Amino acid sequence: MFMPNRKILFRLQLAFTLAVCAFLVVPVVLSILAGLTVNYFAGLSSGLTLRWVFAVWDGYRDTIFLSLGIALACLLITLLLGVPTAYVLARSRNRMSRLIEELLVLPIAMPGLATALALIATYGTLGGFRTSWAFILIGHVLFTLPFMVRSVLAVLSAIDLKTLEEGAASLGAGFRQRFFDIVLPNCRNGILAGSLMVVTLSMGEFNMTWLLHTPLTKTLPVGLADAYASLRLEIGSAYTLIFFLMIVPLLLAMQTISRPRTTRFISDDPDNTLDILPVPETKK
Amino acid sequence: MNFIPPKPLSIRLQSCAKTFADGVRVLEPLDLHINAGETLVLLGPSGCGKTTTLRLIAGLEQPDVGGKVLFDDEDVTPQSIEARNVGMVFQSYALFPNMTVAENIGYGLRIRRLPTAEQRSRISEMLSMMRIEKLADRHIDQLSGGQRQRVALARALAVRPRALLLDEPLTALDAQLRESLRVEINLLLRRLGITTIYVTHDQTEAMALGDRIIVMSHGRVEQTGTPREIYHQPASAFVANFIGTMNQMHGEMKNGGFACAAGLLRWPGKATAANELLFRPEDVSVVAEHEAADLVGTVAAAFFIGDRTRLFVDVGDKQPLVVESMARCTLQPGQQVRLQVDPRGLLAL
Repeated sequence: MFMPNRKILFRLQLAFTLAVCAFLVVPVVLSILAGLTVNYFAGLSSGLTLRWVFAVWDGYRDTIFLSLGIALACLLITLLLGVPTAYVLARSRNRMSRLIEELLVLPIAMPGLATALALIATYGTLGGFRTSWAFILIGHVLFTLPFMVRSVLAVLSAIDLKTLEEGAASLGAGFRQRFFDIVLPNCRNGILAGSLMVVTLSMGEFNMTWLLHTPLTKTLPVGLADAYASLRLEIGSAYTLIFFLMIVPLLLAMQTISRPRTTRFISDDPDNTLDILPVPETKK
Repeated sequence: MNFIPPKPLSIRLQSCAKTFADGVRVLEPLDLHINAGETLVLLGPSGCGKTTTLRLIAGLEQPDVGGKVLFDDEDVTPQSIEARNVGMVFQSYALFPNMTVAENIGYGLRIRRLPTAEQRSRISEMLSMMRIEKLADRHIDQLSGGQRQRVALARALAVRPRALLLDEPLTALDAQLRESLRVEINLLLRRLGITTIYVTHDQTEAMALGDRIIVMSHGRVEQTGTPREIYHQPASAFVANFIGTMNQMHGEMKNGGFACAAGLLRWPGKATAANELLFRPEDVSVVAEHEAADLVGTVAAAFFIGDRTRLFVDVGDKQPLVVESMARCTLQPGQQVRLQVDPRGLLAL
């Protein structure tokens, strides 16, 4: 009596899970297919084509390059600003540093529109600046910097940075040597994770960019909105497909990095001459 | 083994006090002389200022204004730790996780820009001295606690430091490993003849390693002396109770002895005004019925430890006496016991 019940329960659960998955995945598949079908409204029977992808490439290739350019510039700036910031915050754990850490998160908590309006109100009158892509870049840096700081800080807080640096100093290493030999290599994973996050977020940012852009400085997501609004659904979908192809490898890389490292502790010394008594290390 | 330590260094602290930014004074003005080549142990409970003293010597902390740190008559107070050329071993070892064992040991040599060939030969010299040749290419997270300890020592010694500073280096290890490493560190320090300052809260470690011990408490020096002096002639009640086990008997001088509730203790010297005498458990022995006894008490508890039996004897004082007796002792709680106290072990503070 008990076993069949369990089987039925399992099947119900499986069905429910699959239904939820389908609910989420089907739109993605449809969107991709829409970008590759000759006529979406006629259905797949109208045939598959790369025509729309090429149309996007012809009409919007600038937006792709601009988005890539802004994402990389944004990464460079957040690295130069964010890593030292995280280091200082990690070294000085006091009320002030906590406050700064909280303040840094504000641009994420605020609606992107509000940040953009503030930027326009303040710098909108600087003609050359307003119309340059650097204006969008500023917005993206504001938005992505906390992610860089946080992911580096998380790694730095997990290691005893102060003692590591004192150890290096006792061996004669000055500040610069300590920073490049000890601090940076030991927060490598945090920097990598932060970098991927920054690039991904900058590439996909629409909220703020939509207000900050000019007709000559359109990023990919802005172009995408433009395409959906003014052109055939197939072109918009093909555009989404291109965005997908650019962003998915980044997301996969991010997953790989954030996976916890498998511990490589070798428990038994084969020749065991090292500890006179092979006693396992006590946990603190 | 061709490790040639540089000429040993003598270290002096002159009225070094330390007050932290929040106004807490962790170290009262301290004068200290560490002889060239000796092993000095700073011993005390946590918060006694021993680690701060070590950090002042290392250059990781600056003394309050007026304090001076001298290395052989050279004033190094303004120098940072990078310039002092001292080897340091931390409680957590502070090994660099991004480097292999060999790279850790060679880091100080790389900083000093030694020729690659010499770096390599010194690294292998250190690896063989600490018997960790096989670990050279391992990463730190692949090492056991004892192995990390060896790497930390090798790394500190590789740069041929003028002095070796050890901050509770064995505390993170379990008891058995701690004991074997203690023996090994002792042999190593004797062989190298390097000036060493060793911070610990473990009196056994202090006794085993120190040429001299400085017992500290609440930012002050309680006593300075050899392990024997500290153990047999404690200068204060704090030292007496912190080091080993100490029995206390209350009473007063009477009839040429010290009269207390359970009998009369033979007192060899001049009469003392003290109303409390101290003595170690090993200075008390259980005597047979027909022998003369100083004290008579009742066994409160008996613990068989293996090589001996530890007795707690009620003698009508505040605390029962601790008596180390032979392993074959068969006394049971409630039985009467006759005790003799070696007068040479009696202390009046």
